[in-house]
Amino acid sequence: MLNTVTAKGIREGILFHLSDQNWETNLQALVRLVKDRQKFWRGAKVVLDTANVEVTSDQLLSLKDELSHYDLNLWAVLSENSLTQQAAQFLGLATRISRLEKDTMADFEPIYHQGEPAIFFNKTLRSGFRIEFDGNVIVYGDVNPGAEIIASGSVLVWGKLRGLVHAGALGNEAVVVCALDLQPTQLRIAEQIAITPKRHGKPQPETAFIRDGKVIAEIWNYKG
Amino acid sequence: MPGKVVTVTSGKGGVGKTTATANIAAAMALKNQKVVCIDADIGLRNLDVVLGLENRIVYDLVDVIEGRCRLRQAMIRDKRLPELYLIPAAQTRDKSAVSPSDMVRLCNELKPEFDWVLIDSPAGIERGFRNAIAAADIIVVVTNPEVSAVRDADRIIGLIEAEEKGPAQLIINRIKPDMVKKGDMLSPDDVLELLAVELLGLIPEDETVITSTNRGVPVVIDGKSRAGRAFRNISQRLLGERVPFASIEESGGLFNQIGRIFRKGGG
Ligand SMILES: Nc1ncnc2c1ncn2[C@@H]1O[C@H](COP(=O)(O)OP(=O)(O)OP(=O)(O)O)[C@@H](O)[C@H]1O
Ligand SMILES: [Mg+2]
Repeated sequence: MLNTVTAKGIREGILFHLSDQNWETNLQALVRLVKDRQKFWRGAKVVLDTANVEVTSDQLLSLKDELSHYDLNLWAVLSENSLTQQAAQFLGLATRISRLEKDTMADFEPIYHQGEPAIFFNKTLRSGFRIEFDGNVIVYGDVNPGAEIIASGSVLVWGKLRGLVHAGALGNEAVVVCALDLQPTQLRIAEQIAITPKRHGKPQPETAFIRDGKVIAEIWNYKG
Repeated sequence: MPGKVVTVTSGKGGVGKTTATANIAAAMALKNQKVVCIDADIGLRNLDVVLGLENRIVYDLVDVIEGRCRLRQAMIRDKRLPELYLIPAAQTRDKSAVSPSDMVRLCNELKPEFDWVLIDSPAGIERGFRNAIAAADIIVVVTNPEVSAVRDADRIIGLIEAEEKGPAQLIINRIKPDMVKKGDMLSPDDVLELLAVELLGLIPEDETVITSTNRGVPVVIDGKSRAGRAFRNISQRLLGERVPFASIEESGGLFNQIGRIFRKGGG
């Protein structure tokens, strides 16, 4: 069956668009999508755009519960249907999101390298910024504490990396995280979680990867 | 030339926005600039207290926006500094009483008459923040040299960039030079290295700020106060003068670091 629900990363989490099919069909598709992406989206805030589909507050509530099993938090419902809007308001969910929150990652067109998608940021990613991307992420700038990058591929930072990075978020262990100054608050590669020890001395470009089930950081060296 | 709207904001609460707004405004008025302050911290007003104008409030910002009085009627004139006016916040309402477009309309009305419109923001990143920055030409972010305050400043700077209102300018308030020297407090360098924005001013921790707040007399009026001098420097920088950062520091403790920042920031 066709996937009837689409998802996209927005500044404050994930935005799901339902199709105009009935609720049950949409719900099944949504849950399937979430199951597939569980690790990728863990902890994110969810905005549901129901377009014209009429959804009751009971339905929304059970969806909210379902999503919470995957550590996702439904906080807003966008709808053109007034009954759906009322249902959402009844549950204390937001029914509008600001321009800021709607600001999608679409301004950052993926580029392709040997068929692999990558997203490129030509700026510093600040606290509160979160990106989830199915591919590699390249930052020409710093990643500040409080910023989060979740990528299914590798993460390259041409600057200081001090936020949280999860590379290989869908389970791929053959990825790397590199930065001119590798000091992430927390570094995850696939299933492994590492915390950076305090640095002594001058920062050097480093690259982190998994070896024998552990996260290792080495001097970034093209010859090696 | 129409006036400029400067919004003072922070992210974390209690870092010195209201103190900065009052003192920059007073310092500009001392330089014969025509200044109006707007207290956009609705429900928690206190710019009037810091400026010592509390007992003269009749109408407030929400009264103007809801048409219960004319703009003139809500503007309180400071008798000590005749070119300084205040539009106080409503104490008994909440932030939803004002919208960003209300603020834009209000500022457009004030700009032809004033050299500067200074807006004091509430803490946080919610509606009140958006109201406060809606009309801004310049956004000044205040932080303390503490990890949590800097983190929130970073967040706010990101939001300002996303709204295309940047680049923000930074004030670091409550610096304790001896603590910085001992490595017990983030240095201005540390803060700037992370936030990577233009530096507008460095304010030392200074007891005269507290005593003057209690008396309702902005500290810039006190010629001897170190914080007062730092706020006067800020207003001069906003007026386009080049004031080296090193001059605020007489003990010499921060001199090296500030010297470096000065080259980096260039202003
Ligand atoms: N440089 C300074 N030295 C000493 N005390 C200071 C200094 N700056 C501010 N303070 C004190 O810190 C307290 C908080 O300042 P202020 O009210 O200006 O912060 P604010 O950011 O406006 O707070 P809020 O977020 O609650 O509006 C006040 O008691 C003030 O007197
Ligand atoms: Mg205040």
